[in-house]
Amino acid sequence: MTNWLMPLVGGLIIGCAATFFLLFNGRIAGISNIIGGLWSPSVGDVSWRWFFLSGLWAGGLTLLFFKPDAFGQSDFSLVKLGAAGLLVGLGTRIGNGCTSGHGVCGLSRRSFRSLVATLVFMMTAMITVYLGKQ
Amino acid sequence: MNQFSAFVCGWVFAIGLGVSGMTKPSKVIGFLDVTGHWDPSLMFVMGGAVLLGLISFPLVLRRKMPILGEKFILPEKAGLDAKLLGGAALFGLGWGMSGYCPGPALVSIVTGNLAVIVFVMAMIAGLGIGQWLLTRK
Repeated sequence: MTNWLMPLVGGLIIGCAATFFLLFNGRIAGISNIIGGLWSPSVGDVSWRWFFLSGLWAGGLTLLFFKPDAFGQSDFSLVKLGAAGLLVGLGTRIGNGCTSGHGVCGLSRRSFRSLVATLVFMMTAMITVYLGKQ
Repeated sequence: MNQFSAFVCGWVFAIGLGVSGMTKPSKVIGFLDVTGHWDPSLMFVMGGAVLLGLISFPLVLRRKMPILGEKFILPEKAGLDAKLLGGAALFGLGWGMSGYCPGPALVSIVTGNLAVIVFVMAMIAGLGIGQWLLTRK
């Protein structure tokens, strides 16, 4: 019963964060684009990205203090994780978004591009997990 | 002020990720493992976020401008292209190999766990390579 409750509550909190970011800052809370934008700095467009990232880390430290079991270990080798990180960075930059930008914000905006992107990365990830077991 | 707001939004976002279970890569893999012991519970994360967003985003966008800015900065592209599809596929591949997408990985950095640090460093390099590919002429 409670299996879906925490994911739902967490999802609603994420939705609140994305809504507030749009309402106050006028921007899409897409993590990969917020961080990726640090590679192409333009005047007046940098500091808020660092503040958002600092907020993520402050949230991480809060979790570490009050709910340390929120974090899990990865079962994969460092080489595989390095390759995966490279692909995630490259893919989200070229595809212009990740689970938050396309998945949460894009779908909330009823963007057709984001819907297709979300279906593609979900399906690809599911196929990857399936093939990884073979 | 908009820097403070960005900080708070990042903080709330991270709490949401932690509460939802997205910062546990093994749980994410369980969600993606549709042919095995599928754990569909993480569907409620995007489900809950989008359910709220579908209601709140149009309400927010009725405003002429955001509270702390002069205009809303939204993606303007329409229609599909190879970059969108190819990029999403590469991202899905990396996500399925690791169980980490960008947000949870960045939040998990605070654990000091070597695996997450390696993932995030590689991800930042990947973002840079992607940026270079998109802008080179």
